[in-house]
Amino acid sequence: MVADFEPWSRDRGAEIIAAHAVGEGAGLPVLHALQAVFGHIPDEAVPIVAETLNRTRAEIQGIVSFYHDFRRHPPGRHILRLCQAEACQSVGSEAVAEGVKARLGVAWHGTTADGKVTLEPVYCLGLCACGPAAMLDGRPLGRVDAARIDAALDEAS
Amino acid sequence: MTARVFIPRDAAALALGADAVAAALAAATPSVQIVRTGSRGLFWLEPMIEVATPEGRIAYGPVSVADVPGLLAAGLLTGGAHPLRLGRPEELPFLQRQTRLTFARCGIVDPLSFADYRAHGGMAGLARALEIGPAGTIEAVVQSGLRGRGGAGFPTGLKWRAVAEAPGARKFVVCNADEGDSGTFADRMLMEGDPFALIEGMVIAGISVGATRGYVYIRSEYPHAIATFGQALVIARREGLLGAVPAFDIEIRVGAGAYVCGEETALLDSIEGKRGMVRAKPPLPAHHGLFGEPTVVNNVLSLASVPVILAEGAAAYRDVGIGRSRGTMPIQLAGNIRHGGLYEVAFGVTLGELVNQIGGGTRSGRPVRAVQVGGPLGTYFPPSLFDTPFDYEAFAARDGLIGHGGVVVFDDSVDMARQARFAMEFCAIESCGKCTPCRIGSTRGVEVMDRIIAGQQVEANVALLRDLCETLKFGSLCALGGFTPYPVMSALTHFPEDFQPPARRAAE
Ligand SMILES: Cc1cc2nc3c(=O)[nH]c(=O)nc-3n(C[C@H](O)[C@H](O)[C@H](O)COP(=O)(O)O)c2cc1C
Ligand code: SF4
Repeated sequence: MVADFEPWSRDRGAEIIAAHAVGEGAGLPVLHALQAVFGHIPDEAVPIVAETLNRTRAEIQGIVSFYHDFRRHPPGRHILRLCQAEACQSVGSEAVAEGVKARLGVAWHGTTADGKVTLEPVYCLGLCACGPAAMLDGRPLGRVDAARIDAALDEAS
Repeated sequence: MTARVFIPRDAAALALGADAVAAALAAATPSVQIVRTGSRGLFWLEPMIEVATPEGRIAYGPVSVADVPGLLAAGLLTGGAHPLRLGRPEELPFLQRQTRLTFARCGIVDPLSFADYRAHGGMAGLARALEIGPAGTIEAVVQSGLRGRGGAGFPTGLKWRAVAEAPGARKFVVCNADEGDSGTFADRMLMEGDPFALIEGMVIAGISVGATRGYVYIRSEYPHAIATFGQALVIARREGLLGAVPAFDIEIRVGAGAYVCGEETALLDSIEGKRGMVRAKPPLPAHHGLFGEPTVVNNVLSLASVPVILAEGAAAYRDVGIGRSRGTMPIQLAGNIRHGGLYEVAFGVTLGELVNQIGGGTRSGRPVRAVQVGGPLGTYFPPSLFDTPFDYEAFAARDGLIGHGGVVVFDDSVDMARQARFAMEFCAIESCGKCTPCRIGSTRGVEVMDRIIAGQQVEANVALLRDLCETLKFGSLCALGGFTPYPVMSALTHFPEDFQPPARRAAE
């Protein structure tokens, strides 16, 4: 699974926004659709979303910043999320995270120099009986250690 | 006859390699029929695969790709002997001791086969609801004693009655599938393993209260549940469970990584396309909910328990459990535990039985030191309180909560001051920002904990921590700020030695 995000294009953005701005309360569906394609919520998209949903730019900006999922900057080609919640803490998730950060040379929310991976913390993946848990581009990984993370990243192009 | 092998597609089974096992088996024996199911919830045995034999299903696990040739050579397809052979799953002690009502089908059926659903008792609850009508249905839910499984434990039937009686141009049924508590995964398992049960429960709720539209708010961290539930909706429309008769349809809304959106009013704001801000109550969502209309908000497990309650009768459900906690609770054994998984059982089982007898102690093999029950806002219990029965009131009496039924085990390597710090940090990260104590107090709490951990003026800082907890408890609009003191204060009360200055700790 490759995340494979597209560069921002106004036409494409407007098309996505229009396609998802249907029904009541379309705010989150529109933003999710944008992020699925562009990997983040481009600043240029905000005024178009605001206009389409008949809201102010500040309101849309406020929504984007409220939800942890929405990124303001383009991520790497892959997104690696490491669970840091209590159930995973109990089986050593912090040590796994420190190891992964050191190997990739990034802090949380950082992207590796080659643009391959963005590292994010996540508070629970619902894999709490087989932690430490991780997710690489939507692929769940259980009982991870440095070697398992490395292997999963190697498989990803 | 072609052999039939059942392999879970539950996200936790996938996390442990179930897809690769399925692929290896399909490649080795192209004629085999592979049925992808939910998980039975014995995660130390996943991927656990099962083969249909004349004696019933025979389970093997945990199976890795490397085991596949050996298993086939040993006669896997006819239930042959092998070191990984577990026998009939129903006879495994972990399953045998359970009372599976809400999870009766999970791990057994193909979650996207409507024929399977019907063959295993599905649709009987809806049939009964249509027979006894909306008032009779609500009465049955009241009589069953079912309380909300999302955390607050409010009687489900009373909530439905309030919505049924509330005037409104339109009404809604909202399913809370935000499942943000660490240590919980029952909602996810059900949506991935038996999605029609949730749909049936929502349809029954809709008919009972007079709603024609439902929303399921699923957290974005659950892509597999979102996909499976979405496919189930398409099938349910085709099969007539959703659509014209009864006039009820469901839409999925995907969350965006905000824990507070699990709080019901923040969740409604989020569905409305806003920031997830907690609303002051009253008005209750039952009167003034989604888009200002009367709305039922229920957890996945509350709604998915309704079909079996109607099918088997309210009394049958009510007859299990203790005190005011009736029926069964799908408990989730998580964290550093040997036998982690889903354990649905009548209320009344003690915490110690869950952790030691059923869970088998820690996975690390070290002594159990602390158990957090009820998610990030839940109390840390020391083993000296393991006689606490799983029951809403018994937990409340010990300054705890059962929440959504998550039990997270820690061994003796845990530092409880760090856990207290994390509770404050989590509150700071996830606060919706409406109340000052929650927004600012939690950040102060992190700083205070940092000083305690560094051994600076420990006594004064511990006093400050207690004050902060009091302020949070009484100055917060919702349980995020209001209950953060539970993990913090329980850590301090039951594990005071971890808050001592490092030098004194070393000397002891
Ligand atoms: C911070 C916070 C988070 C919550 N998260 C959830 C959740 O993830 N799932 C849930 O069902 N209830 C959650 N609740 C409880 C809901 O507000 C509400 O009580 C519940 O959805 C009602 O459904 P029930 O009566 O079926 O339990 C949360 C409450 C708070 C204060
Ligand atoms: S307690 Fe915290 S999360 Fe709850 S309403 Fe107040 S600020 Fe928001």
